Amino acid sequence: MRPGDLLHLASESLFRARLRSAMMLVATAIGVAAVVVLTSLGEGARRYVTGEFQALGTDLLIVLPGRSETTGVQPGLFAGETPRDLTLDDARALLRIPGVRRIAPLVVGSAPVSSAGLTREVPVIGTTADFYYVRNLSIGQGRFLPPGELERDMAVCVLGSKVATELFPGRAAVGGSVRIGDRRFRVIGVLGDSGRSVGFDLQELAIIPVSSAQQIYDTESLFRILVQSSDRDAIPRTRTAVIETLKARHQGEEDVTVITQDAVLATFNRIFTALTLTLAGIASISLAVAGILIMNVMLVAVSQRTAEVGLLKALGARRGQITALFLAEAILLSVAGAGAGLLLGYGANVVIGRLYPTLPVGAPGWAVALAIVIAVASGVVFGLLPARRAALLDPVVALAGRR
Amino acid sequence: MIELQGVQRHFQVGEQLVRALDDLTLNIGAGEYVSIMGPSGSGKSTLLNVIGLLDRPTGGRYLLDGRETTQLDDDALAAVRARHIGFIFQSFHLVPRLTAFENVELPLVLAGQAPVPRRARVDEVLAELSLGDRAHHRPDQLSGGQRQRVAIARAMVMRPTVLLADEPTGNLDHVSGAEVLVALESLNATGITLLVVTHDDEVAARSRRQVRMRDGRVVHDAPTPGAAA
Repeated sequence: MRPGDLLHLASESLFRARLRSAMMLVATAIGVAAVVVLTSLGEGARRYVTGEFQALGTDLLIVLPGRSETTGVQPGLFAGETPRDLTLDDARALLRIPGVRRIAPLVVGSAPVSSAGLTREVPVIGTTADFYYVRNLSIGQGRFLPPGELERDMAVCVLGSKVATELFPGRAAVGGSVRIGDRRFRVIGVLGDSGRSVGFDLQELAIIPVSSAQQIYDTESLFRILVQSSDRDAIPRTRTAVIETLKARHQGEEDVTVITQDAVLATFNRIFTALTLTLAGIASISLAVAGILIMNVMLVAVSQRTAEVGLLKALGARRGQITALFLAEAILLSVAGAGAGLLLGYGANVVIGRLYPTLPVGAPGWAVALAIVIAVASGVVFGLLPARRAALLDPVVALAGRR
Repeated sequence: MIELQGVQRHFQVGEQLVRALDDLTLNIGAGEYVSIMGPSGSGKSTLLNVIGLLDRPTGGRYLLDGRETTQLDDDALAAVRARHIGFIFQSFHLVPRLTAFENVELPLVLAGQAPVPRRARVDEVLAELSLGDRAHHRPDQLSGGQRQRVAIARAMVMRPTVLLADEPTGNLDHVSGAEVLVALESLNATGITLLVVTHDDEVAARSRRQVRMRDGRVVHDAPTPGAAA
């Protein structure tokens, strides 16, 4: 049999059994569309988070106290290896490293913030003026912390917009005063909503000078030091210099961890790629279900067409030809279903893109290829059993229609 | 050309062994016109299926054109069927979704012939059976007699040497039946061996040799009285 004739015969019988074909087509299309849409969402989320990080600046280094590394036999055996705290002096030393543009030491805690009888428990960040640049913040009203010496303890604070409206309902927060812990601060600014910061809700926090925060929490140590490198290419060099400087200051012991933004980004990338893969896996199940549906419907089709199979055998059709005929039907259907599914999926992507313009939806190429391959493969695999069953029919029985 | 020697076709139905063909010996020469009669269950259809290589004997030998067929595998049998044998069924067995033309074309398609010579051959056969104007009708748009003529055209399109007809007039009225028989007989006149299984004495009377069967055996085998040998 010629391939063209095979296709013609297969498509003709599909076309005659319109409802049956349409059902199978829809099942496959839904499966393929599910793969396209779900992986697009996963990929969109990944791109969104990556974008957020990049907006945040990839020139950041984050210094944390302690080494995140498993060493030694058992914790506790080597007593005395407690990491030293990061201090403001350490921060100041980092600022002297060439290639370091800005630093922002961080003390983070939580404290009740109150004004005229209204109290809210909010995260309090103690930092410096440069935090504004390092984290790309924006200011809504007033101004950010004034630049100055690290130790300068000024009783001023900047509030998140939500905190400001709740503590100063109906009036301007800037110029008012709040009590944080047991100290009084003058509000000099309210953050804008447009700033970005992964990990903090910028609407719900209070920012005060780092030394004030150290006093409120009665600590000398810093939670983190954010280091902004002068340019991206200098990051590895800066990282080494930061570690060396702190090591020298900590009696030769390397007891800090320096994370680069790139490393964080890579981690998120891995997480979201895993998420996308999971979604692809879930969607593939619907494709497999579609495949089983195809098998069922093809089995019914074979039993409805036993007389035809008997006839083909009487006309001299070999087993292989009958297998090929039924298999061609299944494959044609799954290819058409995959095509329809791609249209459906990309259509849904356009709609999602309209509804959530910030989410960069887009199906990854591998997922689209995977969907097509699985759809066609399920056509072959699940079409094979019915096709074999047809090919093995006894022509005498089949012609008599006794089956 | 058809030599059956001690052919058996036994089925196991539950506890019972059914001898559809029981030690049957029959020789049919090229170009003969043979009718096969007998009551229901006498094995006529089984005989036709065995001769047409759709069914395999459980014993004995069957030589077609001097070639032993009992050793051939399914695909080899299919190839022999395709080249040498044309089937005509009581219920026509046309593929309902295909036009008359496409139904007739089917054996050529299965044989892998190229579309252009294929078309010419189909047109030729349809014209021979006066179906030229019905080529693009589907079976449900044709009368019973026309359907059976389409089936005959399909059986003929590969130029077989043997034509096997199982109750070809069984579903037809008298006039259409007569037309179909005329068509079959004119093919026989061109040298094709024709075997007709029938219940109808009138149909059998038109053949030149009559075979009667009972319980899987031939009980009568003689030239039709008055027929030119």
